[in-house]
This record gives sequence, structure tokens and C-alpha cells, in this order.
Amino acid sequence: MLEIKNLHANIGEKEILKGINLTVRDGEVHAIMGPNGSGKSTLSAVITGHPAYTVTSGEILFNGKNILDLPPEDRSREGIFLSFQYPVEIPGVSIVNFMRTAVNEHRKYKGQPPLSAGEFLKLMREKKEYVELDNRLANRSVNEGFSGGEKKRNEIFQMAMLEPKLSILDETDSGLDIDALRIVAAGVNRLKSKDNSTIVITHYQRLLDYIVPDIVHVLYKGRIVKTAGKELALELEERGYDWIKKEVENE
Amino acid sequence: MQTEKQYIDLFLDHRGLIDRHSSAVLNEHRDEAFRIFREKGFPTSKDEHYLYTNASHLFEPDYGLNLSGIEFPIDPYSIFRCGVPGINSNLYFVINDQFYNHSQPTSAKLPEGVIACGLREAADRYPDLVRRYYGRAADNTDTTVAFNTSFAQDGFFLYVPKGVEIKQTIQLINLMRADVDMLAQSRNLIILEEGSKASMLVCAHALDAHRFFANRVTEVFVGKGARYEHYKLESTRADMTNFGHLYVQQHAHSDVLINEVTLQNGVTRNNVQVDLIGEHANLNLCGMSINDGKQHTDTSTLVRHLVPNCTTNELYKYVLGDQSVGAFSGLIYVADGASGTKAIQTNRNICLSHDAHMYTKPHLEIHNDDVICNHGATVGQLDADTIFYLRSRGIPEAEAKMLLMFAFVADVEEFIRVPALKDTIKMMIEHRFRGHETHNCTGCTSQEACQTKL
Repeated sequence: MLEIKNLHANIGEKEILKGINLTVRDGEVHAIMGPNGSGKSTLSAVITGHPAYTVTSGEILFNGKNILDLPPEDRSREGIFLSFQYPVEIPGVSIVNFMRTAVNEHRKYKGQPPLSAGEFLKLMREKKEYVELDNRLANRSVNEGFSGGEKKRNEIFQMAMLEPKLSILDETDSGLDIDALRIVAAGVNRLKSKDNSTIVITHYQRLLDYIVPDIVHVLYKGRIVKTAGKELALELEERGYDWIKKEVENE
Repeated sequence: MQTEKQYIDLFLDHRGLIDRHSSAVLNEHRDEAFRIFREKGFPTSKDEHYLYTNASHLFEPDYGLNLSGIEFPIDPYSIFRCGVPGINSNLYFVINDQFYNHSQPTSAKLPEGVIACGLREAADRYPDLVRRYYGRAADNTDTTVAFNTSFAQDGFFLYVPKGVEIKQTIQLINLMRADVDMLAQSRNLIILEEGSKASMLVCAHALDAHRFFANRVTEVFVGKGARYEHYKLESTRADMTNFGHLYVQQHAHSDVLINEVTLQNGVTRNNVQVDLIGEHANLNLCGMSINDGKQHTDTSTLVRHLVPNCTTNELYKYVLGDQSVGAFSGLIYVADGASGTKAIQTNRNICLSHDAHMYTKPHLEIHNDDVICNHGATVGQLDADTIFYLRSRGIPEAEAKMLLMFAFVADVEEFIRVPALKDTIKMMIEHRFRGHETHNCTGCTSQEACQTKL
């Protein structure tokens, strides 16, 4: 699915990613953990093509295709989805209009005709249930005046609409109370299949109780410094990151 | 004063001609207005109210004036069939500087007592009525208004008697049509008596590729409890200069909505002054301008809260591309004693290119304690993070920007209360953003004459 080889990336002059290697296979769930400022969000931004970051070396293959030259919209249409840590508010753009444009752009890319108004609304109705997004929200401007939990639910709703092959959940648990966390996780799990993969970026083990990873990585100072099974998350929860930092310094 | 000289000479040489092709009531105002114009001349960019639009410079070219009322051979009704359902029934034209006096479509009969005709005709037939209002709101201290008062011979007149409601929007099309460069000055007078209701759509178009200048003054008197909506839509050409002066007086409990939409133009100066002279009057004042190329739109507004308990909600938005220029200067004045005033003034602008310029001057002047007022202005670009968010969902960059521009002006569109008109203007805005030209309204049947590319 995703193969990242020796990825280096800068923001301005500052190097943030210093040689990332990561392989995600079909159907796998990977967790990427690490202390603040280690480069977790940068990694998700670089995979999705945020123009503020410059890749200085390395490559990202998505289903065998080098995506580094693709604009963000094409990466999306190839099947990469990012659930934002801080979803932006877009006053004046309704969720319906936003999603209709997005879904039809995806269809155009695949050579399919746009959905009729009726088909589209049926799809909306169906997918809203994944995250219990009520009509009151669906008819409003994108994220405008939404609570933290509503914004995250809206992210997962968009994920359900676009049916990505690879989903990156960037700190999806931040700002969520326990009920919202459960709803969001249930939505993600319902969308999971043996063909699509998930990368969960998180500080805390909490979300991983609901979205259980196959593999856990620790990102520190722009590198993946440790990779293990899901038990690593529990260990980090218990011991914090200091022991890993020490291990790295001692090397 | 070199620029003024040609007009001063013209006035002195042809005063008789000007008067003959107008009406006594209008003629009575010329001497005083001309005295002011002659003394002060046109405003320049040194004038505080014309900082960003050098009027004197704009009046410089040798424009033709049509003082003897020569009719231009044109049947506007055959050219303009506005596609907006419910709009085109009450359709009137001012061609250059004259009201078009020929047969009108009679699909909608106006209610009993309503007068809708040319101003010159109204001044001849109802001199007492016109005399009571003409020139009472317009301010000749703005010398481009004094210039208009000196020369204007005709225009549109609307009178709505007490308690009468005109359900269908009255549409007035100001059309520039000539084979030479031309300056046109017209004058509109709109009177709504107590408890009446009307809405107007005033469109500006230019049919020919000549250099045109329109300098138009509109006075509106809104009686006690009356409701009035004034929509202005400009879709002209790069070689058009359009000065629109709108003066409104609102009596107690009246409700006025003004919405000025500039889609395509050359140099536009919109001047709005509203006096709130009766308690509990409510004003919504808004507009937008979409500029590219070298388009120039300058809006100057003055709202005067002269009595207690009135409200003003003001909102102007500009989207500027290429080397275009936008200017907004708004003043809300709250007089001593006008307690309980509620006023909001907002101006938001987007510059899409490095070369676009926006000048904004929001301003409140409050001589009272017990008021709720705020004002603000922003100039910025489309938000990069928002564009990335949209692109990350598969929406191409150009389309993402388009969505954000539609969204940006959406709240001004909300201030169009006539549903059919709102849909049409939304569609025209979309066409405009997508780079189509909109010299004339959609539904215009003479594609060739108008060079409409919708």
C-alpha cells in the first residue's frame, strides 16, 4: 500500500523529517506515536502534499506509484485521506456542496459520471450514520461553529464519503470526550476492511483501545526510532517517552 | 480648473437649451448648483472624500453631452428581456440621460395611484409633488452632484401612495448607447408615502465600445413605516466611468435595504448617504465588487443617525484580482441625542494578486453614550490552509479557490430578498468568477449587439 523510503523533508530551511522508512501493507493498522515536535504531523502533511513542506530526498510510493510529484488533489483521488488534527472552518461553504464537489471530482478522476442529486443525497444519508452526524450539522457550513467532537466526526464522515484506501488519522482523539471518541472509533472500525489501511497518529494510548493497531512506531527527532507490536503503546503509556529518548541519545 | 472650463462654458452658452428640454422644477435648482460647481470645481484626490478617485481627472476627456434631447434610435425592449421571472414586468429605461418614453409592456398593471414615468414628465404634470422632494436630499456640496444638478434634464420618477404595495420589483435599466464618447447625467426621484412598499432593481449597462461617463443622482424618500429595497447591479465595460449618488431619507419605523453589486466596470464611484430622521428606522446597507484587469471601484457611504433608536447594518465586500483597485470609505455618524442607536459597519476584502490594491477607511463618529456601535475592516488573501484542506479532499486548486470566493460573497447575496433576483445574481457572480464576461444580464436576447458571452 504505502512505502516510504529514506524521506527527508523541510519546512523553510529547517529539516523536520530526517530519513523516515515506513511500510504499510493492505489491511494493516499502524500507530505512530512520539513526543511533541517529533515530526508526526509533518509526516502526515508530507504524505498528503501540503505545499508548505519541501521533500529534499527520499520517495513515497503509493500502490507502487511515486506520489511526490502529484498535487494534493490527485493524492486524494488516488485514495489517500487525512483526518486533520485541526479541521478548518469554512464559512459559506455547506457540507453538502463541499462533499458533492469532492465526490464528483473523485468520480471524474475514475472516469465515472457525476452523481445525480438524488444519488448523492442517498449516499450522504447512508454515510452520516457511520458517525451519527445529524442533519442539523450536515446542512451547515463546513465546521463553522462545530465543537471539537463535531469537527472530528465530520472528518470521519468525509472519510466515509470518499472511501480512501489509506486513511491517516492525525490526533483524531484530541479534544474528544469519551462518548465522541467511541463514536469516531466505531466509524473508523466500520470503514476498515482487508483492502484498506490506516495510520493512527496519536500522543496517547487511549484511542488505541478502540482502534487496535497491528504495529506501533515511535517517531522522535524526525526518525522512526522504535517499531514493535501493540504492546509498545501500553509500555509508552506506563513509562512515558524518556526511556526512548535516552536510548536514542546513547546510540 | 481647465477641466471644468469646457462644462462651465457649455452651461453658460446653452442654458436656454438645457431648460427647454427639461422642466421648470428641475430648472429652478440649476443656478445655485452651478454657482457651487463653478466656484469649487470637480473634486480631486486631494479632496478627503475623493482620495482614491480623482474625479477631476476623469471628467477631463472631451465627452459629448446631449442637451437638446436627441433620441437615439433604439428599441431597448427588443434587446433586453430579462430572464428573471417576476422581474421583467415593470421595466423602464433611461437611455444615456433621457427616460425612454415609448410603449412599455403592460403585463403588470401598477396599483392605483402609483406614478412611474420620466422625471421630466412628472415635473410637468405634478409640479407640486416633485417640487416638494426634488433636491431635498441630494447634497450639492459634493460638486459632482452640483454638476449633475446643473445639467440633469430627465430620469426616472416613482411615486407610491400611502399604504400601497408594489409587489413586483420595478426594474430601471440605465443604458449607455451612442456612436461617440458621451457623458450622461440623469436624476431619479423615488417617493414612498407612509406604509407603502416597493423594490427597485437599477442596472447599468453600456452597449457600445465608446468611452462613456454616467453621473447619476437618485433621491429616495421613505415615509413612516414604509419598506423599500434598492438593488443596484453594474455590468458595464472597461471604458465606462460610472458615478452613482444615492441619497435616502428614512422616516420613523421605515425599513430600507440597499445592495450594490458591481460585476464588470471601468471606474465606478458609488456614493450613498442615508439620513435616519425618524425613530426606529432600520437600514441594511451592503454591496460587493468583483474586480479584475484595471477595474476600479470606490464606495463612499455616510449614514447619519439623527434621532434615537435606529439601526444600521452595513457590509461591503471586495474581491480584487490583477491590477484592480478597490476603495471603501464609510462613516456612521451618531448625532447628539440619538440614543439607543445600534450600528455595525463591516468591510472585508480579498486581494487575489500582488498588484491588486484595496484602500479601506471604516469610520464611526459618535456624539452619544447610550449606543451599540462597532466597525471593522480586513484585507487578506484566500486562506492557504483552507485551500489545502479542500484540495486534500480531491478538489482541484482552482475549484477550491472558486468555492472560497463564492463563500466569501455569500453573506452579501443573502441581502437580496427577491428570490428570483437572488438566484440570477448568484448565477451571474458564478459566471463572473469563472471568467465569463457579463456586460449585460442573462436572458438578454440580442447576443450580438450586447456582445454577451454568457
